[in-house]
Amino acid sequence: MQPQMVMYDEEFQQISAVCERLAREANAKIVFLVDKNGQLIASVGATENLDTTSLASLTAGNIAATGGLAKLIGEKEFSILFHEGEKDNLHISIIGGRVILVVIFDTRSSLGLVRLRVKKASDELNKIFDGLMKKVQVPGAGSPFAEITDDDIDNLFSE
Amino acid sequence: MSFINYSSREINCKIVYYGPGLCGKTTNLQYIYANTNQAAKGKMISLATETERTLFFDFLPLSLGEIRGFKTRFHLYTVPGQVFYDASRKLILKGVDGVVFVADSQIERTEANVESVENLRTNLGEQGYDLDKIPYVIQYNKRDLPNAASLEELQNLLNPRGVPHFEAVAPKGEGVYETLKAIAKLILTELKKGT
Ligand SMILES: Nc1nc2c(ncn2[C@@H]2O[C@H](COP(=O)(O)OP(=O)(O)O)[C@@H](O)[C@H]2O)c(=O)[nH]1
Ligand SMILES: [Mg+2]
Repeated sequence: MQPQMVMYDEEFQQISAVCERLAREANAKIVFLVDKNGQLIASVGATENLDTTSLASLTAGNIAATGGLAKLIGEKEFSILFHEGEKDNLHISIIGGRVILVVIFDTRSSLGLVRLRVKKASDELNKIFDGLMKKVQVPGAGSPFAEITDDDIDNLFSE
Repeated sequence: MSFINYSSREINCKIVYYGPGLCGKTTNLQYIYANTNQAAKGKMISLATETERTLFFDFLPLSLGEIRGFKTRFHLYTVPGQVFYDASRKLILKGVDGVVFVADSQIERTEANVESVENLRTNLGEQGYDLDKIPYVIQYNKRDLPNAASLEELQNLLNPRGVPHFEAVAPKGEGVYETLKAIAKLILTELKKGT
């Protein structure tokens, strides 16, 4: 089983900053991070007209499916995927085996540049997630839901 | 595995609808999608074949409201039911927080139901989950059909653990929200325990 995924404000700011810089330095349109279960962690760039929730779920499905393919041919996983479109391209990479980094870019950038910048950003993100995981394992970092009552839960469904 | 985001004050949970082919999993999601107000739902995605059989999964994101200042969001997935899609089913179970087993009440589908529950237990086991411990509810669907088995028979066969169960006619919405609420509640109760 995977460990409980959490995100705090401090790490979220750090992660967003790394993604912002990656988008800038790679001349990318959009950068986003998704956990392997399909939940969006962060997104930066021109996301206004984008259904990021669906994007996150399909990205995770895509990684899961190619991961399954990898196992069948005796690979651990494919750590980088690249999808080429007519205008936009998708660069997908797995960071530290746990989160998925997606970069959407067009002809203003290139695969080579994106690769280079993703590499640097991955190392930084990896460190942040390492720290995050340690924080979660500290006893006392309990769930905010420890305090909720049955009434709180019932109220959700009361309309 | 639920994702608690203190930064955006959201909690995300994953619910998987499991069951044999054509039992009504996709219909459950379609009904929920059609009857939830715009603000509370995202787009429903169906990765299906040309004949509308689920190929990989259906996906529907829902917001249920707030608890203690945290938005609760549920991601609903269905699996493809046919036996040969087992590899896909395993992938979709990754990180699951709760399972709804949709049984097809028709007598002819008895064996398919039993096989599917066993398959669920095996696939969960491979991910390190125990079907007897995770949040789990059963929906007996297609109660409207004349060849439906009795509730008692179905219970004996499919629900030895005595988890919450619901009778349903998914295209009409009967039992659909009741099922969803029950699994959401079990998941939140589990979170409260802080596993
Ligand atoms: N009579 C009846 N038909 C149903 C019911 N639920 C689903 N169906 C039908 O069964 C077929 C398969 O449903 P679907 O949701 O695609 O099954 P899935 O393979 O589990 O996703 C569809 O034609 C549905 O309209 C029900 O409660 N009663
Ligand atoms: Mg289906």
